Amino acid sequence: MERIRASSLGIHSVLALCALVVIFPVAWIGVAAFKTQIDLLTGKVLFQPTWANFDELLFSRSSDYLANFLNSLGVATASTIAVAIFSTLAAYSLHRLRWPKWVPATVLLWSAVFHMLPPITMVGPWYLMFRSVGMDNTYSCLILTNLALNLPVGVWLMSVFVREIPIELEEAARVDGCTTPQMLLRIVFPLVMPGLAAVSILVFVFSWNEFAVALNLTAKQTATVPVAIAKFAQEYEIKHGVMAAGAVLSAIPAIAVLLLAQRHIVKGLTAGAVK
Amino acid sequence: MDAHLLGDARRWRYYALAPAVAVYLLLTALPLANLVAMSLHDIRWQGGSADWQFSGIRHFAELGGDQLIRAGIANTVVFAIGAVTCEMLIGFFLALFTSRVVTGRVAYRTIFLLPILIPGIVIGAIWKLMYNPDFGVINQLLSLAGLPGRDWLGEKNLALASVIVVDIWHWTPFVFLLLLAALESLPQDVFEATRVDGATAWQELRYVTLPMMWPAIAVTLLFRLIVSFKVFDEVYLLTGGGPGTATEVVSFTIYRRFFTEDRMGYGSAISLVTLFVLALLIVLALYGSRRFSKET
Repeated sequence: MERIRASSLGIHSVLALCALVVIFPVAWIGVAAFKTQIDLLTGKVLFQPTWANFDELLFSRSSDYLANFLNSLGVATASTIAVAIFSTLAAYSLHRLRWPKWVPATVLLWSAVFHMLPPITMVGPWYLMFRSVGMDNTYSCLILTNLALNLPVGVWLMSVFVREIPIELEEAARVDGCTTPQMLLRIVFPLVMPGLAAVSILVFVFSWNEFAVALNLTAKQTATVPVAIAKFAQEYEIKHGVMAAGAVLSAIPAIAVLLLAQRHIVKGLTAGAVK
Repeated sequence: MDAHLLGDARRWRYYALAPAVAVYLLLTALPLANLVAMSLHDIRWQGGSADWQFSGIRHFAELGGDQLIRAGIANTVVFAIGAVTCEMLIGFFLALFTSRVVTGRVAYRTIFLLPILIPGIVIGAIWKLMYNPDFGVINQLLSLAGLPGRDWLGEKNLALASVIVVDIWHWTPFVFLLLLAALESLPQDVFEATRVDGATAWQELRYVTLPMMWPAIAVTLLFRLIVSFKVFDEVYLLTGGGPGTATEVVSFTIYRRFFTEDRMGYGSAISLVTLFVLALLIVLALYGSRRFSKET
């Protein structure tokens, strides 16, 4: 008994140390956001916290951060809704509406391959296509590219959840005269809701975080939060405190999701891999 | 089941799949075809439209002699192997430890999720500040210990290692999560039997846990290696590929050639070769992992 307690203490201290390593950088930038440039440069540990960085970030003329934030919110929301609907419909069709075997096999293989390819390889042709039809620097092209980037993972994960719906339930509904749209609305969507919530949360965060495409397909007006942060870091004289404040605000969705829906995310992240 | 319903289901089979297939065709298949065409042309913008000049396979012939690409490939391979090896080792032991504790498991898991969800560009920003040679916290801590500070991202022989450390911080939690889920799904009675038989912790790991975990470990390793070729955001912000070509990775070379230097045809050729090699690896990995999970 003594030995077990000692070893569990050891395990907890290793885990706590790792947790500290994970939290420290995030906490450090959180603190840096409230420092003046001078306090930051001199590395003061005890300092007078200030809202100046946030003030400059949100309300100064030279900063578009508030607009960037709204852009990100709109783009991520729109692409998440599209992914949620399209992927559930596709997964249901693939697994429950009796396609010849090669159809689901092909779609799932394409999804898996595309999901793992570096997005930067596709940005070139996207840029050319959208610019040729005059759609570069629009919200639509950002929403569409985020949809394309996240639909594969959506289809893959929703397949796992759709296959968990008991087939007897569907058969019974059919016998009772249920049409396919009714089936989707009354049985499929309600039953996959927990899974769909997990997928939607993940897709929202991924779209919110997306940088490589937004960097090349946006202009000043349509720029998203990650693009704004990259701009801060590249100015000739970096305002470190303001950049830190921008980073803190941009992590809000991630942290909110983490605190409110931790269990769902774990489900989404591991569903495809374990089963 | 009557004929009307059968017909209804048959139609809906197409309606329900159509949006996803339309997205795949228009936004992945068509751009891929475009990429092939682009790689065979020199493309310039004339006013609002693109001017295409056929260039044959010249761009592909040029690839072999491109020093930047060589550096990119070498760095990406070092980056992938270095980062993923550390992520797998740390992730596995963390998962093993976490699976042994009862209290606090949810708290640890919540904390370890943090790096997965934070934007990559913010991770770059955080570490850029921490690595800063003048006021970064890493040099501050070193000076507290009486050690000299370094320019972590500015020194040629340190920069790639510094970027790898950031990637380890970013992705170890993901490996941890997958391996923890795999560990939790193992049959628990085997472990109880091992303990009743008086096996030491090392014996249990060597003869029970590892053999059962092999498929999950191999699949996670393979896919992490492939996905590590995606790295872009952090490199963009931390080093921009520098100093010199010290942290140039393939995805950054593509960006540089295509967008910074505006060589769309040549950039497309690099993209296409990268896509081809990776797609081949992915299909092999998928095939391998399926066979693996069937055998075990």
